[in-house]
Amino acid sequence: MSDRTPATHYLNVSYGIRSWLFTRDHKRIALLYLASVTLMFLVGGSFAAMVRLELLTPAGDLFQADTYNKIFTLHGIVMVFFFLIPGIPAVLGNFLVPMMIGAKDLAFPRLNLLSWYLFNLGALFTLFNIVIGGVDTGWTFYTPYSTTWTTTNIVPVALGIFVTGFSSILTGLNFIVTIHKMRAPGLTWFRLPLFIWAHYATSVIIMLGTPVLAITIVLLALERVFHLGFFDPALGGDPVLFQHFFWFYSHPAVYIMILPAMGVISEIVTCFSRKRIYGYPFVAASSLAIALLGFLVWGHHMFVSSQSVFAGLVFSVLSFLVAIPSAVKVFNWTATLYKGSISFETPMLYVFGFLGLFTIGGLTGLMLACLGIDVHVHDTYFIVAHFHYIMVGGTVMGYLGGLHFWWPKISGRLYPEGWGRLSALIIFVGFNLTFFPQFILGYLGMPRRYHAYPEEFQVLNVMSTAGASILGVGYLIPLVYLVWCMRDGKVASSNPFGATGLEWQTPAPPPTENFPSPPRVTEEAYAYDKIPIPGGGAYAG
Amino acid sequence: MPAESHAAAAIHAHQFEDAEQQRDAVTLGMWAFLLTEVLFFGGLFTAYTIYRWSFPAAFALSSHHLDVLLGGVNTVILIGSSLTMALAVHAAQVGGRGVVGYLLLTMLLGSAFLGIKAVEYDHKFAERLIPGASFLMRDESRPAHLDPAGDAVVAAGIASADPGVEADLQHHAQIFFSLYFAMTGMHALHMVVGLGLLAWLVLAARRGRFSPAYSTPVEIVGLYWHFVDIVWIFLFPLLYLIDRHA
Repeated sequence: MSDRTPATHYLNVSYGIRSWLFTRDHKRIALLYLASVTLMFLVGGSFAAMVRLELLTPAGDLFQADTYNKIFTLHGIVMVFFFLIPGIPAVLGNFLVPMMIGAKDLAFPRLNLLSWYLFNLGALFTLFNIVIGGVDTGWTFYTPYSTTWTTTNIVPVALGIFVTGFSSILTGLNFIVTIHKMRAPGLTWFRLPLFIWAHYATSVIIMLGTPVLAITIVLLALERVFHLGFFDPALGGDPVLFQHFFWFYSHPAVYIMILPAMGVISEIVTCFSRKRIYGYPFVAASSLAIALLGFLVWGHHMFVSSQSVFAGLVFSVLSFLVAIPSAVKVFNWTATLYKGSISFETPMLYVFGFLGLFTIGGLTGLMLACLGIDVHVHDTYFIVAHFHYIMVGGTVMGYLGGLHFWWPKISGRLYPEGWGRLSALIIFVGFNLTFFPQFILGYLGMPRRYHAYPEEFQVLNVMSTAGASILGVGYLIPLVYLVWCMRDGKVASSNPFGATGLEWQTPAPPPTENFPSPPRVTEEAYAYDKIPIPGGGAYAG
Repeated sequence: MPAESHAAAAIHAHQFEDAEQQRDAVTLGMWAFLLTEVLFFGGLFTAYTIYRWSFPAAFALSSHHLDVLLGGVNTVILIGSSLTMALAVHAAQVGGRGVVGYLLLTMLLGSAFLGIKAVEYDHKFAERLIPGASFLMRDESRPAHLDPAGDAVVAAGIASADPGVEADLQHHAQIFFSLYFAMTGMHALHMVVGLGLLAWLVLAARRGRFSPAYSTPVEIVGLYWHFVDIVWIFLFPLLYLIDRHA
């Protein structure tokens, strides 16, 4: 373990554009993904800004209804498929999975690079489509509107998502094989960091779910282009079958987004409580339980479709069950805090944000799993608020927390702690101001996906738009200082937070082969009772 | 993936500790990939199951318009290609000399399958069985005066004068043929990919890349090829043999 920046590391081992575009180093590919994903986040964010601007006033005065339809559709597609799903696995997972298990790289480095190219290809397809006219079905592509009636560019966007799905599958496959076959000597399954368990469970979902989305898109495209009949009611086909297929992937996709964030939370909460995780086997197993149960609840998106009431009841009960492993995690993180030496560095602030917001998102999810309530608030802003609490309040908080936590390892530099804490606070305030009013709006009956609304909803909408502006500022600050500190930040030691885990036992930034000598593991994860707090607990940034 | 390794000897890519770990990882990777393939085809089989359950008569009638003889011949050809593939894998594992020969034979059989499939597709075009505006499923087994082109109609052998029933039959038959083309088309696409992989193996084998110490690429392509065969083993009875027991 060294406290100086090593002379050669993965960032400076070679130079030039080719050394990046043809790299097989998982750490470089993680940074390539970081660039792509951030770009897509900005694209998706600007669509969100347009939505909030339009909703500032009750009249549909900024965009026409058709334009607005395209804007919220593209916001959803870009954010879900090109930011939330790849975000944590492809960036943090790519960087950390091999390091945490003491491997030199992922099992299939070329497939890893291919996955990044496929991601960009899919993203370009989609962005190209935005330029030539957009798509207006909502991110769900419901038939028969998508196959028969809309005149917008369904097929290019669907192709983009199809291709990106393969990048997802390759990442998941790589993780599964790597975690199974390439763990360091002594690193048994129950010594693995919980980040690895979370990514393993995520990969299982990716492998089982994404192919179903792929075939769904194929069928959609065949129906639209060649007029084959699969979902067409004119031929006796069932449009609801499309919804079943779509949600069979797209509900588990929510867990593709949230599980890696949960892995990040487990790492950070132990580090800044200086404690072992409370109930390791339960936190680990709850990831797998969420992955499994996540495949059995898709019908709760379809309570008001033609699904039978009996099916609705079954899906309702199964949806309640997902709360159990989710609550196990939240309670165990909270119990980890108990009597811990808690300190409030930026990553930990994101953890606290995550805990509160994910709990609100999860509990409102239980409300929505009740058939009666769901019928009342279906397709209202209540739903919008609920899933943003999970996806933005949960996933993005975990993502940003993780980026800060591992940034010293990734870049070899410390991020500015003051700015970090400030922006975490701004994001928390901005987020709640944006989305809490939407719970109320939805409960009062404001439907989603309209560009105009009755005047009595304006006050809450103005609050939401104001919150979105604050949130936007909060996101831009880390973007600026994380890039800035890569060159000009204070040089980081190899383990500035005094964290356990193999990734901290190698120089920062790590060498291309990750470890100067192959590591060996002799104890369970999170042995914080054996590691002194660095610098008396304060992290001077 | 196999391409990570460049020599016939037990040389392994840098990220692996040894050749055995590499072999384990690559094999697990292929099985995991095949799992995704099962889910991919699973969507098609689900759609098939639901619509066959909904429209049993139309599916039975439509199935009679597929060519059992050609389909049966293709089944035999494909099972034969699995045999030659298995022989190629065995030859590679023991360092036998027949690797290239067996691989080429497998490619030949695979190509024959695709050729026959193309002939079948062509017949479907000629018989107006392509879903779309000009779709019309005739039934020669029915008396001419009951043909849908005529005045009266039958549905699934039950005489009916109701034109609505016949229209439904035609619609549901379109769903059958949509599924037929999607399922066999996706299968054929996988065959084409398999042929590409086999061609790559042939080139590598001719350069002496494989040995008893390093035969993983042949093995995992073999896994893939067998998987594609198994898909057909399910497709053939589900599509061709409905209601043929009488």
